[in-house]
Amino acid sequence: MHDRLRAGLLIAPALAIFLAFFLIPLGYLAVAGGAGGYSAILTEPRFLRSLVSTLLVAAATTVITLFISTIMGLFLARVRFRGRSTLLALLTLPLAFPGVVVGYLVIMLAGRQGLIAEVSMALGGDRIVFAYSLAGLLLGYVYFSIPRTLLTLMAAAEKLDPRLEEAARSLGASPFGVLRDVLLPGIAPAMAAAGAICFATATGAFGTAFALASRIDVLPMVIYTEFTLQANLAVAAALSFLLGIATWAVLAVARGASGGAAA
Amino acid sequence: MSIAISLRNCGKTWPGGARGLLPIDMEITAGETLVLLGPSGCGKTTLLRLIAGLELPDDGGTVLFDGKEVTRLPIERRNVGMVFQSYALFPNMDVAANIGYGLRVRGIPKNETQKRVAEMLEMMRLTDFRHRRIDALSGGQRQRVALARAIAPRPQVLLLDEPLSALDARLRDQLRQEIDALLRALGITAIYVTHDQSEAMALGDRICVMEAGRIAQIGSGRDLYHNPANEFVAHFIGDANKNVVINGEVILRPEDLRLRPNPNGAFIITRVTFLGPVLRVMVRHDDGQELRADVPDDPSLQPGTQVEVILRKSSLMAAER
Repeated sequence: MHDRLRAGLLIAPALAIFLAFFLIPLGYLAVAGGAGGYSAILTEPRFLRSLVSTLLVAAATTVITLFISTIMGLFLARVRFRGRSTLLALLTLPLAFPGVVVGYLVIMLAGRQGLIAEVSMALGGDRIVFAYSLAGLLLGYVYFSIPRTLLTLMAAAEKLDPRLEEAARSLGASPFGVLRDVLLPGIAPAMAAAGAICFATATGAFGTAFALASRIDVLPMVIYTEFTLQANLAVAAALSFLLGIATWAVLAVARGASGGAAA
Repeated sequence: MSIAISLRNCGKTWPGGARGLLPIDMEITAGETLVLLGPSGCGKTTLLRLIAGLELPDDGGTVLFDGKEVTRLPIERRNVGMVFQSYALFPNMDVAANIGYGLRVRGIPKNETQKRVAEMLEMMRLTDFRHRRIDALSGGQRQRVALARAIAPRPQVLLLDEPLSALDARLRDQLRQEIDALLRALGITAIYVTHDQSEAMALGDRICVMEAGRIAQIGSGRDLYHNPANEFVAHFIGDANKNVVINGEVILRPEDLRLRPNPNGAFIITRVTFLGPVLRVMVRHDDGQELRADVPDDPSLQPGTQVEVILRKSSLMAAER
């Protein structure tokens, strides 16, 4: 009993900070929407559509990022070659960029004056521009999601016992069998964790959306517009809270699926 | 079902240029249990991995299974069973799924797989654990699962890489006997890597002592003990440091020495340790040379006592340096 009391006292400062800087603002955000804010979301299809498209873009980003990062992560964890560390440094470079810069990079690649447009024109074709569409947004999100996901998956792949793979092979498993039965199950918890972070980051990404999303209403942009341009605080608060709840729910599912390894 | 294995001129040089294994020739007869024994880094595991197909020998080396060249055949097509020190059981499968894995990936029909898995569970006394997760098993149980998994697909060769090193002494002893019985019952060609000489003595039809990427000597345990080819083998077979070399020419086993208290003896006792079956006595000669003797318990042997050393029977072994 004495120990529990002391433990309670020791954790009190952390609890106070958690309450003051996390729970109180969150609670305030939840009520700030008011009945008006939430009913506006329900009656105005634009808002719901934006919530759904945000979650879909984040889900697509997660799937594409996991696909690319799993292949790269397994490769980089297992194969040693000249220039490997340079390649790794390049791949993790986007960690340093703010979202707006990532958006700018996508515009330089696929914007109206972008590289792809120039090349497609020079080849006698149409001007190919997709920076401001869903494809451009996905490209930007995947670009800044890869580094974190890749590093997590590489670390997990490096921790796998190489004897597991050798055991599977000794029993007659083909390379695909090894991937299916040993490698993917081995890094599955890390995939769930990295995927959850990737998803959460993509739902909340603002800078990239700000630079690119002129044709798609992703929720962070809608919230920004409602808040700063329309001064519609109630709707902005209600949307923020809903976005938080939706993302949190997805993360909770991922955490359940990965047996507690996900963030 | 069991096959003979031949290695011709098999060496292994690592990418950095280090020699893991100097080119060797070796014949393993069908059904034999060969133990590769040596300290860590002696090349015994490399040799096992060459036979398994997990490593390629340097150019010019060939591996033959029953006279057929398999040098470039990858492990998944060699039909070998392998058991690792770390067990390497699949954590995402239960006991039965682990044992049945080799049958499943080989496309054996499901009912036949189930039957074989049930046999293996029975044989390894694991039937009650068939639905257990791997992390809910003890070390000894895990190694029995690993053995069952390796032999379930009826491999031509069983390769064991220090399978008992992760277990505590009592369990190691028990499992060693089980493995011995299993290898005899299966009559399978087996190659067993260990650094533990008592394990090697207990299991091997023949023991191959390795040192620094070379074969130091191959022979029965009795051969190696009584006629060691060199000082290294003499020291490695028998308890560590049990042997003493006199003038670099003769090897004395400690159990072949007897001590008799004698005030004019040339030796003085420096240390006495009671080990149960024997009394281990360190004696020092006037010229500073030390000998170790394992003698029957005798309270008159105390540190500081002058003794004479008597050789029992023909215990002198000539050894090359």
